[in-house]
Amino acid sequence: MSAFVALDGVSHSYGAVGGSAEGTLAVDGLTISVEAGEFVAVVGPSGCGKSTLMKLATGLQFPFKGAVRIAGNVIRSPVKIAGMAFQAPTLLPWRTTLDNLLLPLEIVEPHRSEMRRRKPEYIERARKLLASVGLGGLGGKYPWELSGGMQQRTSLCRALIHEPQLLMLDEPFAALDAFTREELWCVIRDLHAARKITVILVTHDLREAVFLADRVFVMSSRPGRIIAERPIELPRPRELDVTFTPAFSDIVQELRGHIVRARQG
Amino acid sequence: MSQQLLIRASPWIFTIVTALVWEAACRLFQIPPFFLPPPTAIAEAFVEFWGPIYRNSLYTLSTTLIGFGMAVGFGLALGLVVGWSRAIYAGLYPLMIGFNAVPKVAVVPILVLWFGIGFIPAVLTAFLISFFPIVVNVATGLATIEPELEDVLKALGASKLDIMRKVGIPRTLPYFFGSLKVAITLAFVGSVISESTASNYGIGNLMLQAQARFEVPLIFAGLVALAVEGIAMYGLMAILENRMTGWAQRSGFAQN
Repeated sequence: MSAFVALDGVSHSYGAVGGSAEGTLAVDGLTISVEAGEFVAVVGPSGCGKSTLMKLATGLQFPFKGAVRIAGNVIRSPVKIAGMAFQAPTLLPWRTTLDNLLLPLEIVEPHRSEMRRRKPEYIERARKLLASVGLGGLGGKYPWELSGGMQQRTSLCRALIHEPQLLMLDEPFAALDAFTREELWCVIRDLHAARKITVILVTHDLREAVFLADRVFVMSSRPGRIIAERPIELPRPRELDVTFTPAFSDIVQELRGHIVRARQG
Repeated sequence: MSQQLLIRASPWIFTIVTALVWEAACRLFQIPPFFLPPPTAIAEAFVEFWGPIYRNSLYTLSTTLIGFGMAVGFGLALGLVVGWSRAIYAGLYPLMIGFNAVPKVAVVPILVLWFGIGFIPAVLTAFLISFFPIVVNVATGLATIEPELEDVLKALGASKLDIMRKVGIPRTLPYFFGSLKVAITLAFVGSVISESTASNYGIGNLMLQAQARFEVPLIFAGLVALAVEGIAMYGLMAILENRMTGWAQRSGFAQN
């Protein structure tokens, strides 16, 4: 299998004109490759350039050194195939939950040109997606009428409605309480299993990374690069019970060791 | 009296109490009516001069609303342009602040020089004084789009125009309608300034003439007429704001 997303010796900095080495280096010599359909988690100490990795992989920013390839092609503009979700749900308060979900379809081709003709079909698709994350019947509510967990589910749905090939998650569960967070782990796990999409999850929660991912990458402190790569062989489908097994704890401990060293180094 | 009823009645109660205190103070301290007329004298002036007050109020209202309408169109357009690009923002902002700092009363003579006295300078002064808050608010609304949301849309291949249409403009509306409330009251200031220095009509002119004839209650009647018009237009803008951007006003903070 060839890599679907590949960052090859990528360096990126902020603050300098044209993003040269003179600014603050965010990532330096970052190499990472993700197979199609794979679930990858990236962990690291805070400020290690995890979010920069997200922006580079989706073509929102470009490195001054190295190359970012998606499906073999070097990207030179935003990718148009990615769904993104962040720590903040960033829903539009003037749109109902259902209309928030339709937003990507109003932008991405071919849906954009077919919006008028296929609207009933799209609304049905949005309803089904909402139902699949436990929000059935809530499409008519406004985001501010929903709880934080419900808003984050909606945000995930919005990232998925246009059936992207690549799902980028930037600490999407960080602002939620522990129970809601674990519920949403399962939501994401099932969505990934059902749709076979490629997922890159940036997180600082090691248990989250181990529970969800096929492979976990550990980043060094700024400027960020990959210092460890750990395949997670725990069999799928994984239930939440697996997080209490010794095998699971061992992997979390091992990753914690890497992070501790990264913070010191 | 229930809380709801009290809130509805309180504007009237406060207004009536203010008038009563004013009336009582005038009588108690025997303030001469040509210095500060009591509300009853102002009311008498209203009855006596109803015709001219009514005609001139309508005139002032028309100059104000035309100037305000121009300010809304121009302010919205300029705000969108300024919010669109950081370079334009950086370039235009000092100019606009400088322009806003110029007292508009100082601009009236220039307008008279260009357009003669009367209708046009009043409209233009109302316009010039009221467009600034609209521009600033619209530009602020656009400048404060959440970067994450922008990323979400860009990663879908959205153009800058898409982001403007789907996110920028809707999220700017509460700022825009909020600024209309400020702008409409400023527009009255502008038209009255112009009328009282360079016009033969309007409330500003009426007050100037009343001053020349020393009819102090009539001057105050003119002020009251302006205040009533100002409140009515402000109320209209507030209703419009509520209708258009109810989603933005869900806080219970100021409701009890």
